[in-house]
Amino acid sequence: MSAIEAHGLRKVFGEIVAVDKVSFAVEEGEVFGFLGPNGAGKTTTINMLTTLIRPTAGSARVWGYDIVDEPEKVREVIGLAPQELTVDDELTGYENMMLHAALYHVPKEEARVRVKEILELMELERFANKKVESYSGGMKKRLEIGCSLIHEPKILFLDEPTLGLDVQTRAAIWNYIRTLVRERGVTIFMTTHYMDEADNLCDRVAIIDYGRIKAIDTPSRLKSSIGGDLIELEVSEINGLVIGERLRALPGVVDVVLDSERAVVKAVRGEEVLPAVISALIRDGVSVRRVEMKKPSLEEVFLSLTGRRLRDENGVKEEITRRNIAIRRARS
Amino acid sequence: MIARASEIGAIASREVKKWYRSPILLFMTTIQPLLWMSLYGKAFNLTGLFRIPEDILKQLPPESTARFAAIANEILSRFFGASDIDFFSYIAVGMMGVILLFTSMSSGLSIAWDRRLGVLNKLLVAPISRSSIILGKVISAIIRGVTQSLLVMLIGLALGMRLRVSGPVEFLIAVLALALLGASLSSLIISVTIRLKSWEYHIAVSNLLTLPLMFTSSALYPVTLMPEWLKTVAAINPLTHGIEVLREALLLGAPLNSQAMLGHLLILTVFASAATLLGIYLANVALRKT
Repeated sequence: MSAIEAHGLRKVFGEIVAVDKVSFAVEEGEVFGFLGPNGAGKTTTINMLTTLIRPTAGSARVWGYDIVDEPEKVREVIGLAPQELTVDDELTGYENMMLHAALYHVPKEEARVRVKEILELMELERFANKKVESYSGGMKKRLEIGCSLIHEPKILFLDEPTLGLDVQTRAAIWNYIRTLVRERGVTIFMTTHYMDEADNLCDRVAIIDYGRIKAIDTPSRLKSSIGGDLIELEVSEINGLVIGERLRALPGVVDVVLDSERAVVKAVRGEEVLPAVISALIRDGVSVRRVEMKKPSLEEVFLSLTGRRLRDENGVKEEITRRNIAIRRARS
Repeated sequence: MIARASEIGAIASREVKKWYRSPILLFMTTIQPLLWMSLYGKAFNLTGLFRIPEDILKQLPPESTARFAAIANEILSRFFGASDIDFFSYIAVGMMGVILLFTSMSSGLSIAWDRRLGVLNKLLVAPISRSSIILGKVISAIIRGVTQSLLVMLIGLALGMRLRVSGPVEFLIAVLALALLGASLSSLIISVTIRLKSWEYHIAVSNLLTLPLMFTSSALYPVTLMPEWLKTVAAINPLTHGIEVLREALLLGAPLNSQAMLGHLLILTVFASAATLLGIYLANVALRKT
């Protein structure tokens, strides 16, 4: 059994198709990410999987339970840390956690033990009895995630877990999420529009745009689907023709572009090809002055799949704004 | 059952904690009924109209004054329930009911805020009954309202309000009436506003409802003084019945078997149950998103 299975999930708000027949499976213990720009349908998918809204068509099972027929069962096994901070500013961190414990029917004694554990895990124990209004953004987010763990969910839904946080705080949140997976074996379904986040955190990534899944795979395989890494070499003058032929013959090399003092080699698993490239050049009497290797990022993957950059919303800005407004209106 | 009770308790206690931790808010919602009773109640002395001024008293023969006093007392008892009631005490008890109107109005708004802040989604994702969310709000409105009402009573007593309570059971009946009034009014406002998504609308609706509900009740003047059409409106206004129970129990010293008191209490109970069920039903429909 997969932790989550979705078949042709679709959600239509008026004229806007927010999610268009997405199918995917998330395995137990996996960190699965939806990567896409704002308005791609990420939160709408989470809302369907967490039983907040019903799909227009298609079906999904969460931990084996149907999201439409058995929403109560689904709610028992999932935790949600939404995009917004929902922890209560006027209560203390401890009180927020105990409130969640009560909502999930965790007995008081048991809850006290778990709250202590989770506050330690999230490194918030020193602030447990302080009102949340005195917390920093990162602390609030940690508390939010902590609250969604109180009932020991099988699957944790994280909607844009580091939205609006600074670089260090984001890295810290990533660490907490990794700890969760390692120490508690929680399955994680997350959404993000940060490439580095998907790359760093997710075992597998679904790239979603305009409600459609464009590709699902591990970040490294998605990146290698671009066709390889780029090895850029600055060299002494070379005899283009001969060298070019020789480099192309090396295993793993996909393409070679030569300049008078520059060679750009596109190769699968560049780090393994790089030594062979350098020794081939030296054998032919070419000296190498400088080497740079670029791994393709998920940004390039998104670009090659959609023809757009993740942040580059020029030209389609109006369309995206219109979608976002329609989806937000329906959601609230 | 126990699970439901603990869910409701958790939701209600969150609201109550937030309320008693912001004393300014508590103070602000108490001040308006206090203004009504101390300004309107003291200045607009309706019962004082029936007292014969000293100089007129001296000019009249004793038998005329006695007759006038008898007539005046008869009028006062008919309209206000007893001839020796002062208008300030009359209004003050009315305000003990009206403050529940003010505190209940925030129930709808708190749902709007929860929706806006994403808290409502968190509640909806939790394995709790949908009705627990609404009942939690209603219970918290009752706790807040009853406490503030008793606070108004204490301040009223300090300002010279005279109560006549026949016993502890009658006092508990008054508290029960306050609770039922809180349930009626908060369920009513939730029913009306549950579909409104922006908090601006909530404020507009509660402003729209507060004054009409107060003026069509017996908070400021007796029902017997009203024209027929207004009497009909007052009879379906839960505030009237709540306030009448309070007046019977606290002001007139009605015994436990007082027909008037129990009658109003019964109507109030029916109203509170119906409004709460309606609120739960409408909220269930509204929260079940498509």
